[in-house]
Amino acid sequence: MPSLKDLKNRIGSVKNTRKITKAMQMVAAAKLRRAQDAAVAARPYAERMNAVMAGLAASVGQSDSAPRLLAGTGRDQVHLLVVMTAERGLCGGFNSTIVRLARAKATELLAAGKTVKILTVGKKGREQLRRDYERYFVGHVDLTEVKRVGYANAQGIARDVLARFEAGEFDVATIFFNRFQSVISQVPTAQQIIPAKFEAASASANALYDYEPSEEAILADLLPRNVATQIFTALLENGASEQGARMSAMDNATRNAGDMINRLTIQYNRSRQAAITKELIEIISGAEAL
Amino acid sequence: MAVQFDLVSPERRLASVQATEVQIPGADGDLTAMEGHAPTITTLRPGVLKVVATDGTKSYVVIGGFAEISATSVSVLAERAVPIEEATPALMDSFLAEVRDAASIAEDKDAAEKTVADMMALRAVIGA
Repeated sequence: MPSLKDLKNRIGSVKNTRKITKAMQMVAAAKLRRAQDAAVAARPYAERMNAVMAGLAASVGQSDSAPRLLAGTGRDQVHLLVVMTAERGLCGGFNSTIVRLARAKATELLAAGKTVKILTVGKKGREQLRRDYERYFVGHVDLTEVKRVGYANAQGIARDVLARFEAGEFDVATIFFNRFQSVISQVPTAQQIIPAKFEAASASANALYDYEPSEEAILADLLPRNVATQIFTALLENGASEQGARMSAMDNATRNAGDMINRLTIQYNRSRQAAITKELIEIISGAEAL
Repeated sequence: MAVQFDLVSPERRLASVQATEVQIPGADGDLTAMEGHAPTITTLRPGVLKVVATDGTKSYVVIGGFAEISATSVSVLAERAVPIEEATPALMDSFLAEVRDAASIAEDKDAAEKTVADMMALRAVIGA
């Protein structure tokens, strides 16, 4: 049975924790707004890009001269997994869900006799993957210092990935991130970026265009940019998801702390009453004995 | 007599206006898109994009990307786009450095060097 003083201290400390989680929740809510705005602002570009690329890919992709970024290297022996997670914890299952998906994919590939290489973005994912997969790590991108993810960050990652591709380090690249659905729901997603895959668009709609320079040249120019665009979209989705996940996690934590305070307060009051009753009994029985 | 003009960069939409003509720095040469232009997709070279709208003319510095032109609309997707008023020499220098960086690792040397040359020409336009 904890003493009254212990209980009081305990209540005080839980109250402090509740203040912190409440503050974190509010900060996350404000950041979520901004992250969502950024994701929405980036959407028109990504959508247009995808539509044009799909049209081009449909008309050029079949030929033998298709760029390697689209057609692939002809093998799928070496896989590069780009695992994008947060730099910070305390955001519920946000990091774990991405890591779990990446781990499942890696295990599956390894079982099929493929070679796996892992590029991590964000240190939380790296920490979680380190134990089982450290020997597959080929690189890490640190975004700790980045306050707001910009296109330049995505370009940096894309350049790294493309350089590795040019050097023949891998055949297939997949990015892992959390797609933002709502504050309470983020969907871990794996998306193949090299060779590029597009949703089948109606070829007829694009066949009308004049291309300047040639279709092939445009495609060759745009494919690397498209990699950067996809990574950028993923980073933004991840950013919004992280804040959403943190917000709901901290909301839960705040509520739990509230419940705990109520329970502890009841226990404290009971103990106090018990102590008073005990003292009264002592006095009364002392008086009776006289 | 106007076309719907949209200028978007990966980070935001810079402009969405009714324009009477749009001068685009295409990779194979400049072109002006007006209403009824044949549907065209062209890549961009670093240069100045000029929009003549009903309420005035606006210029933007654009780097990389492409333009999608149809009879009734012009959409420019530029990797980098800034209004010309915000294009300071310092900013241009950072873009130039970036393009040079990219050129040093590029597979297609000719194209990369052309981009660098275009970028330097653009840098000269913006001034010291």
